[in-house]
Amino acid sequence: MYTDPGVVAQVEEAFVPVRVHVKDQPTEFKRLGDRFGAQWTPTILSVDKTGQERHRIEGFLPVDDFLPQLALGAAHAAFAGGDYTAAAQRFDEIVSNYSASDAASEAQYWAGVSRYKGTGDASALKETARRFTERFPDTSWAKKASVWR
Amino acid sequence: MATTSREITWGHDFDAALADAARSGKAVLLDFSAAPM
Repeated sequence: MYTDPGVVAQVEEAFVPVRVHVKDQPTEFKRLGDRFGAQWTPTILSVDKTGQERHRIEGFLPVDDFLPQLALGAAHAAFAGGDYTAAAQRFDEIVSNYSASDAASEAQYWAGVSRYKGTGDASALKETARRFTERFPDTSWAKKASVWR
Repeated sequence: MATTSREITWGHDFDAALADAARSGKAVLLDFSAAPM
C-alpha cells in the first residue's frame, strides 16, 4: 500500500507518519496497542493533535480502497479539530475523487455536518439529505441523513 | 532517464509525532505493522 505514489503523496500532505512494529518494538507496540486497542496488524489510525483516535483501518486494503480511507482519516481529524471549512473540503474531495468507494457515502454525510457546524445553517443538512436521494441512496449514511429532510 | 520513487519517512516515536502534529496542523498516522522494516 505504502509504495504507491498517490499514497505517499497523501500521507506527506496530511499526516505525520509513525510506524510501530510488533516484533522490532515490542514494548512500544504493547504500550500503544493497549492504549488504542490495536489487536491486529495492520491497524492504521488517524490520531488528532490531542491524541484522540479519529479513524481506524484494520486489515490490508488495495490502494483504490486505501486512498479514500486515508482521506477520511485526515478529514475526520480536521473536523475534530474544529476546522470545519477544511473538513468539508476534504470530505467533498472524497465524494468527488473516490465516488465508487465505500468511503464516499460516509464523506457525503460528514461534508454536510461540517458545513452545518461551520455555519450554523441547517439548510446544509437539508441539502445533504436531498443529495442522498440522488447519490448513495441505498447506504446506511442515507438512512442517517433522512432525518434532515 | 532515471526514475526515482519516493518513500514514506516513518517516525518511530509516537509522542514526538504528536508534538509535530500539533505544530504542523496535521494528524498522526499511526501504523501498527508486522511488515518487514
